[in-house]
Amino acid sequence: MNPVFRSMIVCLILIALWQAIVSIWNLPGYLLPAPVQVLTALYNQHQIITLEAIPTMIETLLGFLLGIFFGCLTGLMVTFFRPLKFWLLPLLIISQAIPTFAIAPLLVIWLGYGIASKIATTILMIFFPVASAFHDGLRCTEAGWLNLAKTMNAREWRVFYYIRLPAALPSLASGIRIAAVAAPIGAIVGEWVGSSQGLGYLMLNANARMQIDVMFAALIVIIVFALVLYFSVDKVLRSLVSWNS
Amino acid sequence: MTAPTIHIQNASLAYGKTQVFANINLVLPAGKWVSLLGPSGIGKSSLLRMICGLIDPRESVRGTITAGNHLPVSQQIAYMAQTDLLLPWLTVLENATLGLKLRGIPSGQYNSLSDKARDLLDKAGLHQATHLYPRQLSGGMRQRVALVRTLMEDKPIVLMDEPFSALDAITRYKLQHLAAELLRNKTVFFITHDPTEALRLSDDIYIMQGFPATLKPIASLVSAAPRELTNREVIDLQALLFQELSQAAGEAA
Repeated sequence: MNPVFRSMIVCLILIALWQAIVSIWNLPGYLLPAPVQVLTALYNQHQIITLEAIPTMIETLLGFLLGIFFGCLTGLMVTFFRPLKFWLLPLLIISQAIPTFAIAPLLVIWLGYGIASKIATTILMIFFPVASAFHDGLRCTEAGWLNLAKTMNAREWRVFYYIRLPAALPSLASGIRIAAVAAPIGAIVGEWVGSSQGLGYLMLNANARMQIDVMFAALIVIIVFALVLYFSVDKVLRSLVSWNS
Repeated sequence: MTAPTIHIQNASLAYGKTQVFANINLVLPAGKWVSLLGPSGIGKSSLLRMICGLIDPRESVRGTITAGNHLPVSQQIAYMAQTDLLLPWLTVLENATLGLKLRGIPSGQYNSLSDKARDLLDKAGLHQATHLYPRQLSGGMRQRVALVRTLMEDKPIVLMDEPFSALDAITRYKLQHLAAELLRNKTVFFITHDPTEALRLSDDIYIMQGFPATLKPIASLVSAAPRELTNREVIDLQALLFQELSQAAGEAA
């Protein structure tokens, strides 16, 4: 069954469950709005939601692309310059040990209220899984292939281009999939700690005004965006490493 | 390039404290097919890898390996392993010409060389598979691609490590024919577990045995390879080779 179709079925069941819970216990809208209320809010507020969704999407996509770029760069560097691995790896692990939520306010102070601090948060969240997956893939090239290349008197960079790089792609692809899921979270976290626009900003405001239905409406937009991002990335990656399936 | 004789002198190898083999002397005569049999784990592959220059220099490896034409051995060899080592992201034709890509052949020569690859793929019965990917091929076809890739290296010395051991009997039989025909006049060093295979293809047969391992010459055959199973030499030597092999295996066990 198509994974998109499967996800939709799961979503529909959850929404039905949600509606049932609200109806049975007759919950007030400020605690848990019914799906119908949320959809109404989504429709009524669609102009403002669209307006705020655009910066969030830009932050996510830019953070995602830059995060992959820096992740790949880091993966390459720690693979090919051994001293760098020795000195850089502890730093990388520390950078991941710091909770993103704790460092995000600092990034806002340093980089301002604009999209730069959100992009930085996103990059921080995703570059490590990408770098780690790529490094793993580059490190674990099948020894037989490398031996064969050696008996062919191959040049080092050609072995990299024709063997090690393609062999690392499936591993890199799993890192990028994780990045695709985490990138929207990075952008939203960045918006929560300080911003003047975006869906995270909208949610904070709606929360302050007890507009729980608007919060849910924004949340749904984020989820749909994250799903679309994940499945498009997955489709591209699958076609790139079609030999691996 | 005519095939040179290879001289292996005083070859010794130890992994840590384990001496794999010591003071091995072996001559691979020019244009001849030498097969090596022996129990698993005795060091046959290590000897072949040593000739290929694939042993990690950090291991304690000694001995000299020279070619009769005084050119460096590592520049004159083509290597074929037990697994086909085809790259799954390349087509059959691209895999067959992998060596050209890895060395960086000028684009002017590439066309004529890829014609040569097509030609060899034709001979190997793969003319309809040139644009397929390895996952679309059977085990026998994959190993034939590996054989063509080895031949495309166009080297006078070919080192093969149990290349047909994973194939069924009939496919193996066909591939032995193909290999004997295409590798004629090259200096071949061939590791196998199959006595019949060795008898069908070889000029000289050795067994590796003991700890640390040594080489024992078993037989030299004179009729033209590939020999049929009904060939006089194959029949006569089969029992002897079996006996020697089980004796070597007994020592190892």
